[in-house]
Amino acid sequence: MTPLRTTEPPDGLGVDDTAASGAGAAAPPAARPRRRFPTHLIVFIVPAAAIYTIFMVYPLLDSLRLSMFAPRDGVQTFVGLDNFVHLLTDDLLSEAFWNAVWNNLVFFAVHFVVQNPIGLLLAALLATPTLRGRGTYRTLLFLPTTLSVVIVGFIWQLIISPVWGFVDTPLLGQSSTALVTLALMSVWQYVGIPMILFYAVLISIPDELTEAATVDGASAWTTFWRVKFPLILPTVGIVSVVTYVANMNAFDLIYTVKGALAGPDFASDIMGTLFFRTFFGFQLQQGSSTMGATVATMMFLLILAGVLLYFYGWQRRVESYQL
Amino acid sequence: MSNRLGRLAPAVGAVLVLAACGESVDPRQETDAGADAETGGDGGQVTLVMESWRNDDLAIWEDVILPAFHDQHPDIRVTFQPTAPDEYDAALDAKLSGGTAGDLITCRPFDVSLRLYEDGHLAPLTDLPGMDAFGDVARAAWSTDDGSESFCVPMASVIHGFLYNVEIFDELGLTPPETEEQFHQVLDTIAADGTYAPLVMGTADQWEAATMGLQNIGPNYWNGEQGRQALIAGTERFDDEQYVAAFTELASWAEYLPDGYQSLTYPDSQNMFTLGRGAIFPAGSWEIALFNQQADFEMGAFAPPLPEGQDACYISDHTDIGIGMNAATEHPEEARTFLEWTTTAEFADLYANALPGFFPMSDHDVEVDDPLAQEFLSWRDRCESTIRNSYQILSRGEPNLENQLWDLSAQVLNGTVQPQEAAAQAQAGLDRWYEPQQ
Repeated sequence: MTPLRTTEPPDGLGVDDTAASGAGAAAPPAARPRRRFPTHLIVFIVPAAAIYTIFMVYPLLDSLRLSMFAPRDGVQTFVGLDNFVHLLTDDLLSEAFWNAVWNNLVFFAVHFVVQNPIGLLLAALLATPTLRGRGTYRTLLFLPTTLSVVIVGFIWQLIISPVWGFVDTPLLGQSSTALVTLALMSVWQYVGIPMILFYAVLISIPDELTEAATVDGASAWTTFWRVKFPLILPTVGIVSVVTYVANMNAFDLIYTVKGALAGPDFASDIMGTLFFRTFFGFQLQQGSSTMGATVATMMFLLILAGVLLYFYGWQRRVESYQL
Repeated sequence: MSNRLGRLAPAVGAVLVLAACGESVDPRQETDAGADAETGGDGGQVTLVMESWRNDDLAIWEDVILPAFHDQHPDIRVTFQPTAPDEYDAALDAKLSGGTAGDLITCRPFDVSLRLYEDGHLAPLTDLPGMDAFGDVARAAWSTDDGSESFCVPMASVIHGFLYNVEIFDELGLTPPETEEQFHQVLDTIAADGTYAPLVMGTADQWEAATMGLQNIGPNYWNGEQGRQALIAGTERFDDEQYVAAFTELASWAEYLPDGYQSLTYPDSQNMFTLGRGAIFPAGSWEIALFNQQADFEMGAFAPPLPEGQDACYISDHTDIGIGMNAATEHPEEARTFLEWTTTAEFADLYANALPGFFPMSDHDVEVDDPLAQEFLSWRDRCESTIRNSYQILSRGEPNLENQLWDLSAQVLNGTVQPQEAAAQAQAGLDRWYEPQQ
């Protein structure tokens, strides 16, 4: 730790006039440390806050603002919530929107029920004390996460292609299978994330706890569910909410594999691709930045609702143990 | 330690901001400068950047077309700067609004460019010397609805038809079909033989089903321009029998497509055909250059086969590429000089032969050397030309007819929508917003 500098208070920052002026030197020494503004806090906070504000908060607020405007005679005019009403009541748009929301929820559900349990299983296996070559497995299992989505999409498209690959059924070409297939491709890629998070918690569980359980006659199965799992539970919540946010924002894999029209017949259309088409337009369809911002705002609200549900419904109730 | 890091962070932040603002240097500009050394030392040289979605043509522009222009105009240097085709429109839009777009803009046909013109991003070119080399049909794609103002120089059109593998046809004793009946006999023969996929096309990317399927064979059903204009005028409807018949013929292709065609992408089909695994490829003439490179067998082409009892043939001779000028360019004089050059016979000749399959629309006499391109071009003499019926005006509303036709054609081939139903849905889409159809 570097000691804090005690000289040169910054001009005027949070320091009252008398202290900052020449009279400051004459002020009672005892009061000084208390009144001094903690400069280092600014130094720590400002860079992150500035970058976050410029690249996250400002664009977000601006897109919220944009969603309440619409072009009228070539001029962007404030229209209040008209865009939202249009999005939710227009038969074409609302059908596309709810289809995208539903597909997005399915996309998330597949991750939730496949990726996270597999991640947990792999983490539990990796944490087995008798396992050899742990580092190798860990690296191999985590590797797909670091690959580009374009590569993952391309490789899997070839593997399951009826022409070049091993599967005769056109999995990506049927509306009944396309979305789930895409979700599983994404699961394959990202299973390393929950695995590594669970693994980090599992190896931090003190041996005394598991040894005590063993001495009490608990089997490995019982030890896992009665001792380890309750300790993992807070992480399960975090992994779930991270999965939710990432999947509701998903776009790249589907765009790479199926294009912006997310076929067949919009069976793999999620909110990201719907937003892309609405905002930028597609082929002869012309983009609308205001309607696009409306879709983006709805995405934001849905994600916000999910995250709030997690905070109030889960995180406040789940018990965390201090190990 | 922590204090030092703290002071470093704003610096890192500033660097990131600067990096985000900077433009990366295109390495091609280096090689370009080297290729034409005689102008290298000229301080008064003006550089024009040309936006395009034809990234396949990069080498042709840089090695063939642009050097010819640079020779005549050493004070102007044009840089070809393509974007991926499906990102072009969005990227160009963003660049034009942000003021960072190139000086020369490659124009999509009809509404996309018309909107750019109306928004003031494209400069008017009605009075550009040399524009009289183009007929009304060629100019229509880049003119205002009343035809009074033009804003892009028509560069090329593409013609639809079918490419076939001559070796497979010889092996099975087949001749190119002229009528739909013969077409189906040919397909049946190839299917019975079982070695090759009779028709190579997939529906995963959707657009091929509409562009190489429906818009390829369709003009024979709706009588080309006559039907296209009638749809716009509202005197014909998309659920009329000729459109249902076109969809029905398209649906009949399904049994001849490769197994699992529902997930076959466009590059998949291109590879299948050029590897000799399929016999017939519903094509656009733009495939010629690539296929000539990739296929090691002889290829032939035939025009869309005629439906029963029809004598007149119609082809889709679609106005596809134009070139215009960014209204905000700093070098309007130089940009106009280049555009004027694109109206000349010299350019038409260079372009047509460098890019066989893209046919100039000017009335200059151009000799095309490539035999396949010649075959496509010869159909202009005996058939009536038309363009894709969804491009002019009919894709302005929601739902947009072009996107709808992609979806419907793909679904007709997938068997998830019946031809009758597809035609009805397309009409319902038009009913929703297009007044003459209501």
